Amino acid sequence: MKSRAYPFYFAGGALGLYLLFYVLPSVMGFYYAFTDWNSYSSEVNFVGLANLKLIFASGQGYLLFIKNTVVFTVATILTKTVIALGLAVLLTSGLKRLAHFHRVIMYLPAVLPMLVVSLIFKSILNPATGLLNTFLREVGLGFLAQKWLVDVHWAMPSVIGVDTWRGAGYIMVILIAGIQAIPKDYYEAAAIDGASGWNAFRHVTLPLLMPVLAVTTVLNLLYGLKVFDIVFVLTNGGPGRATDTVYTVIFDEFSKGRYGVATALSSILFLVMIGLGYFVIRFMHREETR
Amino acid sequence: MRRTLQGIFNHAVAMIASLIMFIPVYLVIVNSLKTKAEASSMGVELPAVPQWQNFAIVIERGKLVTAFGNSLLYAVAATAIGVTLAALAAYVLSRNRTPFNRFIYFFIIMGIAMPTNFVTLTRVMQWVHLINTQFGIIVLYAAAQIPFNVFLIYAFVETLPRELDEAAIIDGCSPFRLFFYVVFPLLTPVLVTAGVLNLLGIWNEFLLPLYYLNRSTYWPMTLAVYNFFGQYQADWSLVSADVLLTILPVIVIYLLAQRFLLSGMVAGAVKG
Repeated sequence: MKSRAYPFYFAGGALGLYLLFYVLPSVMGFYYAFTDWNSYSSEVNFVGLANLKLIFASGQGYLLFIKNTVVFTVATILTKTVIALGLAVLLTSGLKRLAHFHRVIMYLPAVLPMLVVSLIFKSILNPATGLLNTFLREVGLGFLAQKWLVDVHWAMPSVIGVDTWRGAGYIMVILIAGIQAIPKDYYEAAAIDGASGWNAFRHVTLPLLMPVLAVTTVLNLLYGLKVFDIVFVLTNGGPGRATDTVYTVIFDEFSKGRYGVATALSSILFLVMIGLGYFVIRFMHREETR
Repeated sequence: MRRTLQGIFNHAVAMIASLIMFIPVYLVIVNSLKTKAEASSMGVELPAVPQWQNFAIVIERGKLVTAFGNSLLYAVAATAIGVTLAALAAYVLSRNRTPFNRFIYFFIIMGIAMPTNFVTLTRVMQWVHLINTQFGIIVLYAAAQIPFNVFLIYAFVETLPRELDEAAIIDGCSPFRLFFYVVFPLLTPVLVTAGVLNLLGIWNEFLLPLYYLNRSTYWPMTLAVYNFFGQYQADWSLVSADVLLTILPVIVIYLLAQRFLLSGMVAGAVKG
């Protein structure tokens, strides 16, 4: 009866597209990762672990961009969460009027194309003429002015800063909903016990917001590991390779026609993310059934 | 007294934060109306005389009419396909929870975490003869939205009473009629949310066309802007005008649909 009313072939279209364009390429990746597949020859030869050796043991800088990706991911998780949490508390309990207006403005960066955001920030962060350095000089903080995207030491922090600018409002909106779902009684009870302000935040808001913070962390994590647009446009991995991440290197290898290496990298990322995804789904599923 | 001071301080902090969030958009707006010389430092000053012709210039030189048409085609077609197929799948998987169907559901939503292997996907695209075609990009975008859409819609289907289905089945309704005439209309809120998120996401994306479209006549707005920037990076007034025209539809959709958008984001994330 059930299978007649809800025939499985209804799921066929979605499942078919997903299998053909996402699962199949990922599975094929595990074969091509062990080959010398490239754009210069039509032959594809099995080369064993050569690609993995190149990535992990060649000293050619491949480990650097894995480190960059991790640094970017961890840093943006922290900056976005802290800023978003601060703003969310401010907009839910700090203000009555204009809270909705601020929310709409702060979420705006998240709907703009990353590409466009990066282009604008390329000009804002221009060392000589950019708005940021001009502003710093005019208010007498000229010593803080840096060669943001062109300085090896400042490039990665600048990219992280721009990404935080874009993503904090999005995380904030989710946290606001989480805070609004906390029953008012808890705060009243806390107030009777003499806890207000910081104490109420520490002992009521923060613990009850943990499940939502877990979700936003997962969102930031999945985004961070796959970061591409912002790095590609802001620095294209430079200066040198100071801001190269997994996806920008894959694109670079792809454009050079080194498909085997690019696929090996993709497959490593696949394993990491599927592993993470598995834990996340199990975790959320447990929360749901509890 | 302390209370008012605190209130003023809070408003000031919120204002500064909003200002920081809005400045880049403001910069694009004012600089799009400046002359090349005025816009050279991309400053905050207003233009002496608004240069409205900047827009006409970029529409012509940036091939924005074609690009706009392409973006619209990709976003609308892929969203329609992606949302419809996901709704069908989420509906049967949610209603008929056999162990196999549960497995399929988790298998599909794993795709939210899964990175795309662009390199081997090239080969698949060649096999199915969709590489460098507009239809190919549409299908890829539709496929890319499916895991998230299924996740979002699945949770919503749970909230619809089963009695409706049962009544319709007893009346002899076929599965197709039941879905399209009874269930589909009830799914409207979540379909709008998923649809808006898909539209904005596809409009803003540029990695897939970068990999899989080599003909400039097929490029969407994002890729056209990127290319335009490559050619005219010395002229920020034109780049700003180009950028403004690209983000204008996004901002309009955002302001019109922000209630759906904000609630949808939250439903997806907080529910978990």
